[in-house]
Amino acid sequence: MDVALVAKTLFIFAVIMLVFAPLMTWVERKQSALMQDRIGANRADIFGITAIGLIHPVADVIKMITKEDVIPAGAHRLLHTLCPLIAAVPAAISFAVIPYGGSYSAWGAHWSLVVADLDYGLLYVFAIGSIAAYGTVLAGWASNSNWGMLGSLRASAQMLSYEVAMGVSVLGIFMVFGSLRMTDIGVGQQETFRLLGFLEHLGWVAPGTRWVDWVTIPAWGIVLQPLGFFMFLAALMAENKRPPFDTPEGESEIVAGYFIEYSGMKFGLFFMAEWIEVVVIAGLMTALFLGGWSLPWISDQELIGWLSVPFGPNLANLLAMVVNVSVFFVKLCFMIWVQQILRWSLPRFRYDQVMHLGWKILLPLSLVNILVTAILILLVDELAS
Amino acid sequence: MSEYAGLGLFMALGAGTILLLLVLTSVLGPRLRFAEKDEPFECGESPLVSPYRRFPVKFYMVAISFIIFDLEVVFLYPWAVVFRDLGWYGLLVAAPFLSMLSIALAYEWMKGALEWD
Repeated sequence: MDVALVAKTLFIFAVIMLVFAPLMTWVERKQSALMQDRIGANRADIFGITAIGLIHPVADVIKMITKEDVIPAGAHRLLHTLCPLIAAVPAAISFAVIPYGGSYSAWGAHWSLVVADLDYGLLYVFAIGSIAAYGTVLAGWASNSNWGMLGSLRASAQMLSYEVAMGVSVLGIFMVFGSLRMTDIGVGQQETFRLLGFLEHLGWVAPGTRWVDWVTIPAWGIVLQPLGFFMFLAALMAENKRPPFDTPEGESEIVAGYFIEYSGMKFGLFFMAEWIEVVVIAGLMTALFLGGWSLPWISDQELIGWLSVPFGPNLANLLAMVVNVSVFFVKLCFMIWVQQILRWSLPRFRYDQVMHLGWKILLPLSLVNILVTAILILLVDELAS
Repeated sequence: MSEYAGLGLFMALGAGTILLLLVLTSVLGPRLRFAEKDEPFECGESPLVSPYRRFPVKFYMVAISFIIFDLEVVFLYPWAVVFRDLGWYGLLVAAPFLSMLSIALAYEWMKGALEWD
């Protein structure tokens, strides 16, 4: 195991688990406060310094760890203890295949900024994400509580339904980029296509007309698969059981659903899983639909090429890495913001509406999306050849 | 192989952190047990019925449909990856499969398996 591999793994793990996960608790409160015209979390302090509520995540963790861990009578003690683990670990480890930067070489070393560049990339996320469903479903079942049982029944049906929609809605991306490897999809999105190129192909303007080349669009997933973007986001959010899809918890109907009998950090782990999952969803959407780590219209080679002129090739690679990683995290934060806005804007769906959306809207629409994508790809390839 | 080394390290870190939090909460938390606290929560009442009883068959239907559709989706993945190389032939070959998927969905819909009342 070389140093670069350990360094990049530790870096992304620290960013996700030690920066984004605690920060999400703060973002959640501050965002709700902003949207509901309140001040929000601002009381926890160290020697009188509140730092706009940024100390709350620390206070939360300390509080939750020092709370009593109650296992109700008649509960399955082993499963009750294991379930937070089964729910939280998949969320924590699914970021491994999401590339947060391109590949660079400087001073004879070569590295690519993804923990595991698996050729079945996204399948790993799906496989790991499905395991989290066990944690949710068994948590309610193992706590010997009627509310918990109702919550886990709802969770089981909802997560199964949306897994189908999730799998089909992202299929268009694989057809367009022809790969499951996340870095291939990232590199594929650095290309641009000429919006007016069809005029040339149809013979309406002479080949080589200069103004045809002026209007170009980056080949991002959201441009090539606009419907897929919204369907995949909806399916992922439903899979994460966050509002407006939080019927398994539904505090106004079934009190807290599947984690009703949990306390202390075991309870906290379910929330931690949700928040890390928000970050993972943002990462997935960024990598698949928003061009990943690259700036729009600028490919990695171009960026490194431009930076090489004043700085030389080695330093240029390092600078390009900094730029790309920053771009990735800006996009990631944007997608987190989108999810938070949706979470605090929309009221919770009724349960039959959730199932209706999954089976009767998302699934047929994504099947149509596959068909339309297939025909469009073939037509464009035909024209281009 | 280096991919799996990174993946293994990442998994170990993730599982280790979560496990540490679980162990910490059970070590550091106080212990004060009595019968009322151990009772499962039911809005202040003693639970009248056990949660382990029969549940609506709807959930079973969803699980069955999930297995069928998810398997079919898994079959579509390799097709999607090589779709551009296959060209029109690929679409022609997958069309019966896709239409069977759609017909199955339509049938299920018509039979009312997707209704929640």
